[in-house]
Amino acid sequence: MPTIEVDGKNFEVDEDGYLQDWQEWNENVAKKMSQDDGIELTESHWEVIKFLRDYFEKYQIAPMIKILTKEIGKVMGPEKGNTKYLYELYPAGPAKQACRYAGLPKPTGCV
Amino acid sequence: MAKTPKPDELSKINYTPPQSSWIDTPTELKEGYWCYGAKPKNLEILHFPNPREWRVQDEDWKLPENWQEIILEGMKERLDKYRSFKVFMDICVRCGACADKCHFFIGSGDPKNMPVLRAELLRSVYRGNFTAAGKILGKIAGARPLTLAVLKEWWYYFFQCTECRRCSVFCPYGIDTAEITMMGRELLNLLGLNTDWISGPAANCYMKGNHLGLEPHTIVGNLSYMLDDIETATGIKIEPTFNRKGAEILFVTPSGDLFADPGTYTCMGYLMLFHELGLDYTWSTYASEGGNFGFFTSNELAKRLNSKIYAEAKRLGVKWILGGECGHMWRVLNQYMDTWNGPADFLEVPKSPITGTVFENTKTTKMVHIAEFTADLIKNGKLKLDPKRNDNLKVTFHDSCNTSRGMGLFEEPRYIINNVCNNFYEMDELTIREKTFCCGSGSGLNAGENMEIRMRGGLPRANAVKDVVDKYGVNMVANICAIDRAVLTASLDYWVPGTKVTGVHELVANALIMKGEKERTTDLRGEPLPGMEGNE
Repeated sequence: MPTIEVDGKNFEVDEDGYLQDWQEWNENVAKKMSQDDGIELTESHWEVIKFLRDYFEKYQIAPMIKILTKEIGKVMGPEKGNTKYLYELYPAGPAKQACRYAGLPKPTGCV
Repeated sequence: MAKTPKPDELSKINYTPPQSSWIDTPTELKEGYWCYGAKPKNLEILHFPNPREWRVQDEDWKLPENWQEIILEGMKERLDKYRSFKVFMDICVRCGACADKCHFFIGSGDPKNMPVLRAELLRSVYRGNFTAAGKILGKIAGARPLTLAVLKEWWYYFFQCTECRRCSVFCPYGIDTAEITMMGRELLNLLGLNTDWISGPAANCYMKGNHLGLEPHTIVGNLSYMLDDIETATGIKIEPTFNRKGAEILFVTPSGDLFADPGTYTCMGYLMLFHELGLDYTWSTYASEGGNFGFFTSNELAKRLNSKIYAEAKRLGVKWILGGECGHMWRVLNQYMDTWNGPADFLEVPKSPITGTVFENTKTTKMVHIAEFTADLIKNGKLKLDPKRNDNLKVTFHDSCNTSRGMGLFEEPRYIINNVCNNFYEMDELTIREKTFCCGSGSGLNAGENMEIRMRGGLPRANAVKDVVDKYGVNMVANICAIDRAVLTASLDYWVPGTKVTGVHELVANALIMKGEKERTTDLRGEPLPGMEGNE
């Protein structure tokens, strides 16, 4: 199984680089993943990551995009509660890229 | 993950077959064509054999030592059990009528994607082991031994068939290639060879009731956000019920509708329609999946996953079951469910409480497709509709493989669309109804890592869409399938950018005039309605 090394510790990831165990995650994992993509995480990025992890803990799945945009809008202001804003932060898509940095698995099925 | 070539590159398709005969042409497992292998945790949940870590690109697939014996035993068992399998192994005359009907062949030019040759991959092993001629004459009789290379070739091509059955429409013998692929996949599963994109959702469904793994509070939560949006658009507050005993109707839909755009808008459409009718119905958080990724694995698993629909109907004491917009769900419900898990003699023959229509066609399954239900409402004048609200749309309809070839549902969705939209245009007649082209990624092939073959398989459908885009300015492709909604969004974005995708009940809900609604200024996506631009 592939791994990524963060602070001298190996974390198991799947073929697309998603963490195998979301509970092993720490902030440096997100930093390492984003650095590899050439992205610097700002406060705005962290808001999304924090929301994703809180949500996952309650629901065992990433939020649907409608929930993510609305909740980010509540925290960051209504002008930011839309997919355009999220794509600016995460160009490869909030569902994929932000979930990966947040240590969550990717959703599967009719999606 | 393999990088997907750009459309202009991908559309240069080489149809010249290799010089050597197919049997002597080795198969290379190209990245971008296959999905990741099934993870051990998912196979364990499903009690499937040989759970282990393995990688498709590795030489060693970590198979049990006696794997050939397992496959041949499995083949023998299925030849005895399924008459159709035996017949389909024997009767093909290799006329080639199916060859150019497959979207994967059209999009890839790979001769092993001709349905006849894909089936031959299995038939050659059948002949070598189960027919006298093949045993004696070997290669001359079209037989070959079961080697590791053959097994890998099966894996590669049986997960490059979407079980869409378009080829079967053109076969003079009526050979059902989907059933051949299904048998191929069943055999592969005896060795723990599934894709994770299929075994993951199947395991979720077995554990939590649906492919996505939505738990009860997640389902309720997701719907509540949709209900908020409905209230914003219409001013109407809707309060659906969950797991309610004594409801008249149980409603079951694919879980994609509860999670992924644009399916969520279709789901909002169901909620609005049922509310407007005052329908005595309930959602279930147990039977929370209409689709069936078990069907892409084995008949046994499909039956297991399907069983919860009748079980829940019985537990809740409903009279009949209404089903949402899904494709393969309806092949299972229409052609397998009542013999697998029936008879559903605890249910009544479905009767619309609004129109009094008895759905005689569902006498054995007791389950009605929502397109039939809604078409009947419109036919009987029970809905107030304002099709002008969809005037910004030029709509075409993509028939899903399974609702068309699996149940003959052609007229109802068109009748609905024509009543809720003013601008409807058909695609070329060779690409619709029973001859419809697959979206390109059905039967569990809608993963991310096989994007190249997905886009190749999606080309014929996208090409027919492009034709109506060029001729009539079509900007919306309607369909009645959750996989379509996910898959066409990606393939049209690739081949015909700017064309959007919708479920039929999203269009219905936009046009639906509801009692007590405020003046509607936006559609369900929050976009201004025609004439309301700058008004929202």
